Amino acid sequence: MNKQSYDLVVIGGGPAGLAAAQEAYDQGVKDILIIERDFELGGILQQCIHNGFGLHHFGEELTGPEYAQRFMESVADRGIEIKLNTMVLEVTPEKMVYAINSTEGMLEIDAQAVILAMGCRERTREAIGIPGSRPAGVFSAGTAQRYINMEGYLPGKKAVIVGSGDIGLIMARRMHLEGASVEAVLEIMPFSGGLTRNIIQCLDDFDIPLRLSQTVTKIHGKERVEGVTVSKVDDNLRPIPGTEYFVECDTLLLSVGLIPENELSMEAGVELDSATGGPIVNEGRETSIEGIYACGNVLHVHDLVDYVTEESKLAGKTAAYFLQDKIDKRKERVEVIAGNDVSYVVPQQITDKVADRKRVDLYLRGRRPLENVRIIIKDGEQELFNKKERVIKPAEMITVPLSEKMIDDLNSEQIEIKIVKEGA
Amino acid sequence: MKQELITCISCPIGCDVEFEVVAGEINNIEGNRCPKGKDYVITEYFNPTRILPTTVRVKRGVLPLVPVKTEEPIPKKLLEKAMKELAKVELEAPVKLGDVVIKNILDTDVNVVATRDLAKR
Repeated sequence: MNKQSYDLVVIGGGPAGLAAAQEAYDQGVKDILIIERDFELGGILQQCIHNGFGLHHFGEELTGPEYAQRFMESVADRGIEIKLNTMVLEVTPEKMVYAINSTEGMLEIDAQAVILAMGCRERTREAIGIPGSRPAGVFSAGTAQRYINMEGYLPGKKAVIVGSGDIGLIMARRMHLEGASVEAVLEIMPFSGGLTRNIIQCLDDFDIPLRLSQTVTKIHGKERVEGVTVSKVDDNLRPIPGTEYFVECDTLLLSVGLIPENELSMEAGVELDSATGGPIVNEGRETSIEGIYACGNVLHVHDLVDYVTEESKLAGKTAAYFLQDKIDKRKERVEVIAGNDVSYVVPQQITDKVADRKRVDLYLRGRRPLENVRIIIKDGEQELFNKKERVIKPAEMITVPLSEKMIDDLNSEQIEIKIVKEGA
Repeated sequence: MKQELITCISCPIGCDVEFEVVAGEINNIEGNRCPKGKDYVITEYFNPTRILPTTVRVKRGVLPLVPVKTEEPIPKKLLEKAMKELAKVELEAPVKLGDVVIKNILDTDVNVVATRDLAKR
């Protein structure tokens, strides 16, 4: 077997892996390898050709490929080593990385630190259990996006889209502009999971109807999709008998959620959080295994790539500090608990003392859309943080900063973060 | 007099802004929680514009398409016409990010540019 060794191995060359590698390099780690399974870097950004990226990080609005190219250039400028067309097969708890490609064969790479940046994948028809036949013409929205934006195929001429998250909305516009007719976007929830801006610019601009509290309950067609049965759903998201109607179409796009891709993490023995689907991490994005870090969509699904960049730089910096022996552990670890109306919080633990750190940002997501609420953090009975928010949407991540002093002064080993209706 | 509604997208709150149009002028703007809502409604009502991101074909590239965008927003009503113009284009690899694909598309004074490098196959 071909044996190699690196101080830091980054698995995944998308926005998370690139930012993490860049930051680790800038913090003084020079012996870095990025492993990417595709033929080029950039990850999913290469197929996200729409604009809207980079407003936070670069202060200007970029398309996905432009955002990716900036990081690809900065990694190239630093001379960071990259293996493309290379698939990682296994990561061990001792940080041996097994990978394979067609020029070097099987690789055994001894790493001092590993950053997991594998991203996420889409939920499928099977994940949401749509009954009916199994004809051609059923695609996940991201697959259709790659066909249309990178490979030059239009998947169909008459489409129904299930799921009104941002990918579903953006694909409605792409299908329409490329000449297909989009019959409807269906959303099982009573609210859209997408940004208001996308509802207006992707659906309203082209008179594409958004139908809330509705879903596909049957797919028709033998060789090719011929149509779908749509039903209204009740408050428990169950189809209401008698509300079915038929929509003729040749294509069904599913935009029904993303799952962090953690097969490698699990095999390494990294502990996962059932709420995020990603590893449990501390504030530096270290997983339950020392020296293994996670960032980007493999950790939790982000709504903005700008936040992926921010988080990945943090993971890259922590990995560098670990390699340089600059991290002290706190005496007591602090568990961060997602309380009332919070679906998850990252990091789940605060365990380190870092000399030059000023604050720790908690990323959290609300469980449901709410107005006029307070975000409260409790340290036992004591209130640590209390801030009013006018609007909370599950689609939009909330950042809460904890100052270093607040962390130093903690009384308990557990803090709880919750969202409470004002006046309640 | 006509009662109109536009949802402001200047920030994630998304205020539903109601207003009246009298003799081609906007009056009685209501529902916006900040001054941005007013500016947004006026632009969006009289001259809505959008950036158009799409793709054009490429000969002999590592991929058959390269993504492009209008450098500035163009009038919303021209989006579909611009798509037809861009469908006629076929570039030759290599392509560089920022290469002008169509100059002054549909007399808008806006260029369409490539949004990534695309190497030769």
